[in-house]
Amino acid sequence: MNVHPLAGKRILIAKPGLDGHDAGAKVVAIALRDAGADVIYTGLRKSPEYIARVAVDEDVHAVGLSILSGSHNELVAATVAALRELEAGNVKIFVGGTIPRQDVPQLVAAGASGIFSADETLDAMIERIRAALA
Amino acid sequence: MNARDEPTGATGSAAERRRTPPPPSHATPSGIEVPTVVTPDMCAGSAVGRPGQPPFTRSIFADGYRGRLWTFRQYSGFGSAEETNARYRFLLQQGTTGLSVALDLPTQCGFDPDDPMSAGEIGKVGVSLATIAEAELLFRDIDLGSISTSFTINGTAAIIYAMYLAVADRTGVPRSKLTGTIQNDILKEYVARGTWIFPVRPSMRLVADSILYSNRETPRFNPISIAGAHVRDAGCTAVEEMGYTLANGLAYVRELSSRGADPNNFAQRLSFFFYVHMDLFEEVAKFRAGRRLWARLLAERHGVTDPRALMFRFGVVCGGSSLTAAQPYSNVVRVAVENVAAVLGGAQSIFTCAYDEAFQIPTEFSAELALRTQQIIAYESGVARTVDPLGGSYYVEWLTDRMEEEIRKVIDDLDRYGGVERAIEDGYVQSRIAQRAYARKRGRDAGEEVVVGQNYFRGSGQDDDFGEIFHMNADTGRRVCARLRDVRAARNEGDVQRYLDRLAVAAQQSGENVMPYLVDCCHAYATVGEMVARLKGHWGEFREPVRL
Repeated sequence: MNVHPLAGKRILIAKPGLDGHDAGAKVVAIALRDAGADVIYTGLRKSPEYIARVAVDEDVHAVGLSILSGSHNELVAATVAALRELEAGNVKIFVGGTIPRQDVPQLVAAGASGIFSADETLDAMIERIRAALA
Repeated sequence: MNARDEPTGATGSAAERRRTPPPPSHATPSGIEVPTVVTPDMCAGSAVGRPGQPPFTRSIFADGYRGRLWTFRQYSGFGSAEETNARYRFLLQQGTTGLSVALDLPTQCGFDPDDPMSAGEIGKVGVSLATIAEAELLFRDIDLGSISTSFTINGTAAIIYAMYLAVADRTGVPRSKLTGTIQNDILKEYVARGTWIFPVRPSMRLVADSILYSNRETPRFNPISIAGAHVRDAGCTAVEEMGYTLANGLAYVRELSSRGADPNNFAQRLSFFFYVHMDLFEEVAKFRAGRRLWARLLAERHGVTDPRALMFRFGVVCGGSSLTAAQPYSNVVRVAVENVAAVLGGAQSIFTCAYDEAFQIPTEFSAELALRTQQIIAYESGVARTVDPLGGSYYVEWLTDRMEEEIRKVIDDLDRYGGVERAIEDGYVQSRIAQRAYARKRGRDAGEEVVVGQNYFRGSGQDDDFGEIFHMNADTGRRVCARLRDVRAARNEGDVQRYLDRLAVAAQQSGENVMPYLVDCCHAYATVGEMVARLKGHWGEFREPVRL
């Protein structure tokens, strides 16, 4: 198995909204970095507009949004819209956190390329991201 | 296609699901190697002592739970003040003995509901409380003089406490009768929970202001609950949870002492808050070791002699990240085991998570079942019959000693770094916790740690049964904003600005206590966002060190 399956990929890990639980975001950021990606982490409390601007400025392939506050439907839609506003609709969006499974179809319809839960292994997550960015 | 239906790793193939788990580890989750047999000589030197006497290894009370059971304190709050008020009255009818207020993120971070930063967040993880008008609705028909109320609030703790006092003033409840707790532990917010507002140093001043004011005005109220729960849930071990928490506790003691206060007095009102996870004996030993070590540290480092000030009083939450979204009904069993650990460890108040808490706001059904769990353990199991029933167990005393040694090492490490304030400003603690969480996740993925139904024993068909789904009122945000507009229109704007100006002046004077000014602002219907903005104007905002 390729030890750096995400080599050459640039990924922004972001915490939109006010949710302050960042353990998952940091674990994912470290995992993606270990998988060879260039990872940028925004820190807490960023607006969708800010996240989209950083995504464009840093020329990333994907944005990972970490949301545990239940505000995922609003924040994912707003981030997708903000990226489109900056003509960066091709940037893939992944979502992690506490996402009830009944909300998954809505997030996919809104433009999310993958939804991850804490049950999933990091290697499985990396593989899904690799496949989506291939 | 549903993204969750895609094949995934450890939760993947049928063969993997059926793989054999490793035999139970000989080491505790904190990494303490446990011998097959603990013999009497291995714990001969233990400072077991007597319950009710320093250093309180066995209990802070001589009679354990005989005098009084722990408080059944179920954390609850969502949507608007009316909705939460209705849930509180339901819980009180069902026999809950203390309220625990969950606040939404805008309230916790100091943004009004109509602030753009609040979009999509109003009423989501707790109740929205922008002005005293909302607080009055929240506590309608609840006697604040007879029920203790705890608030999970930190960045804006001083403001919410001021609002609570103002409600009590208006309903004629004497301040001296108020009981309850505000979490008010800002240090761990920088490390794990993230609802910080101001930089570390002015935040420490605000915490000290509220504690000193509370000691004087509401002597039966706990003005701080120093919390390890959140670093634990972020991925720390039980040893680190206790170590970081006691280190933070010592930082508050230093801050208060520097204001001229006597720890023999104020330490009587410091309280603590932890998670209970699944390793039963390590959890019991964690509480016994923490209780003893806190008494020792206060005596060693601050010369505290009053036994009441050496008492380590703590609440717990059973559940959190030990619960799984897979096969959620199994969580009822986990919470019951954790609840027993909390009782054997001597907790003063217990919150049992609902089985569906890992993925949604609990329904009335799941919230009631969580409360029933506590009641069964309290009234049917007999576990509370005698004080510290595990006292004198070779294993438990030995493990308590080993935990105390390891916890001391965590505190010593932070001391060597230059204190917790500096370690937080530099991002040192945050980075350590992230690394620990990463290693733990990798270990779980590799199957080293068994989580039944998640990485082993999966696939029975229970996975998809989530039971009843909680539905949030979609209209909450709009209604909360509409009421805020009404409050702003009806209040005396001159009064509001005058009290806010006085607050800003008080914030600039380091010898002044801002609490009375906050109470005045609350009475005048100033909003949480307005008060925070004035304080930010002078104190600035925390700059998060982003370090992986």
